[in-house]
Amino acid sequence: MHHQDIPLEVVQDIYTRVLRIRRFEEEVGRLFRQGQLPGFVHLYIGEEAVAAGVCAALTDADTIISTHRGHGHVIAKGGDLKRMMAELFGKATGYCKGKGGSMHIADFDIGMLGAIGIVGGGMPISVGAGLSAWYTGSERVSVCFFGDGAANEGSFHESLNLASTLTLPVIFVCENNQYGEFTPALHAMNITDIADRAAGYGIPGLVADGTDAFEMYRLTKTAVERARGGGGPTLIEAKTHRRGSHAEGEEAFLGGQKYRSDEEMAAAQAKDPLLLLHTYVSENDILPAAKLETLDAEITQSVAEAVDAARDGPSPEVESLFEDLWV
Amino acid sequence: MPRKTYVAAIQEALAEEMRRDDRVFLIGEDVRIGVFPSTRGLHAEFGDKRVIDTPISELAVAGAGIGAAVTGLRPIVDLMFGTFLYLAFDQIANQAGAMRYMYGGQTKVPLVFMVQNGAGSSAGHHHSQAVHQFFMNMPQIKVILPSSPYDGKGLLKSAIRDDNPVIFLHSLSLGGKRGEVPSDEYLVPIGVADVKRSGSDVTISAVGPTVYTALEAAEELATEGLEAEVIDLRSLSPWDKQTVLESVAKTGRFVAVDESFPTCSAASEWAATVAEEAFADLKAPVQRVTNADVPMPFSPVLEKAVLPSAADVVAAARKTLT
Repeated sequence: MHHQDIPLEVVQDIYTRVLRIRRFEEEVGRLFRQGQLPGFVHLYIGEEAVAAGVCAALTDADTIISTHRGHGHVIAKGGDLKRMMAELFGKATGYCKGKGGSMHIADFDIGMLGAIGIVGGGMPISVGAGLSAWYTGSERVSVCFFGDGAANEGSFHESLNLASTLTLPVIFVCENNQYGEFTPALHAMNITDIADRAAGYGIPGLVADGTDAFEMYRLTKTAVERARGGGGPTLIEAKTHRRGSHAEGEEAFLGGQKYRSDEEMAAAQAKDPLLLLHTYVSENDILPAAKLETLDAEITQSVAEAVDAARDGPSPEVESLFEDLWV
Repeated sequence: MPRKTYVAAIQEALAEEMRRDDRVFLIGEDVRIGVFPSTRGLHAEFGDKRVIDTPISELAVAGAGIGAAVTGLRPIVDLMFGTFLYLAFDQIANQAGAMRYMYGGQTKVPLVFMVQNGAGSSAGHHHSQAVHQFFMNMPQIKVILPSSPYDGKGLLKSAIRDDNPVIFLHSLSLGGKRGEVPSDEYLVPIGVADVKRSGSDVTISAVGPTVYTALEAAEELATEGLEAEVIDLRSLSPWDKQTVLESVAKTGRFVAVDESFPTCSAASEWAATVAEEAFADLKAPVQRVTNADVPMPFSPVLEKAVLPSAADVVAAARKTLT
């Protein structure tokens, strides 16, 4: 892990994005356990370095597409915590007025084209966002976040092939968190690196340490330059860890069955991206301890304010059921 | 007024709309060469960027259309056969129709899926099904199926200008049918039926090629002194309930004709609506005339036997009259 080629303000920015995601997700986990959130939530804890590193390498105009585990992507792209939290509470003040929920948050004003609850469902749409950049001659790039599970969907193959044949500015970021729900990724494919599949489409396939936010930033920069320069798509596989559950509350619906060993969980903890970043910025005097504490307090406060606002916010009027229909 | 074929009218609609709005483009398999004549010649006029050939990847191409639509373009996604839409189901059912609502109105999806629909060329089950009924069941997707060159052009132009996802189905069996198509610009509104024949004894609703089946049946019934009113729905979703209900109020009898498998067909929806909302007007139970409930067979003899015939419609109409 090193940051020599990355400007200091970007390092600080990446750290802030990671921390903001972590504190938000921790609070969401607490609220869920307390029974305050309807539906189910998939937390991004352990994977923050991917979204933070990737999005720090993008402009506001660039677009992203996300997954069922999407909170981190929205926050990393600059999403508003209050509108996010309100959506998780199913309130009228949420991003989608309570019609989307945790798995369907979007913010089109910041190029966040939506979280998609179907595994692999966002991949073709990201190709279309790249297509429209190409069509209009825009500098915009389209980033597609997806998981190791999606890499086994037909949409993965069709999307990478289509983006490659049309030479579109799309960056496919595979978050390989080692598990598709409760099945190890290595049980679901006969290769170690999903990035190897890029060769089948004639595009670069890069393996990244997804716990290293700087490496994610660096590789994304390379892919962005290639895409903006008309070089076409890149596949980046970020090896990462889902520190927590597939879905919160899974202990109950799995009936207490374990699917990960204690050793595995301990190894993932040692590679926790926030821990790594915190240690790095502290040891390298990038951010003084006092500044780190202030930052943490500010973020924790903004999350708490988001929760208060969400809880106090109005529920949707039943009449709104018939709004946002035909244009 | 010039007479043109159904496919020529569709091609004309595409060309006119692409000339009018440079956000409109065509993407799909073999759209450049125009494997169906509806897209032939467009590549020569509009070039590589606006007439895009793709791999045979219905799911990705459908989704790419959605991605382009939510970022400001107005794609026409040509997936050839209606049955090929099944390969793109996730993108149509889970994404296209739902995105605007699911994201609280933040976006819109101005997109046309264009495919051939129905039987008539003895191509077997995978290339001969009518698929419209599936998409009628999906909220927030418009579904249209014109029966004439005039409606084909006018409805497709409306679909391209519509800010919602529209599935434009063109009938395989009507491709060579000729009809009058004005040279001057015109639009046919989505969701408005066309009364093809007035009559006071029985109402027959149909769409696409079954409109001609219904008209043929009406001629037969006329020889017996029975006047059928034939309504071409033209749009399946939203559909023109009012025109049907007004007609049934007059005739008191209703026959729904539809080239679908019978369960949850378009005819089922029309019949249920009439039974629900016009029960007091009905003098006899409503009748449905649909495909036989079997996969589409290949042999021309068998294919013909599956589809609704004029004789079937006449028999159904008689049932309402006795």
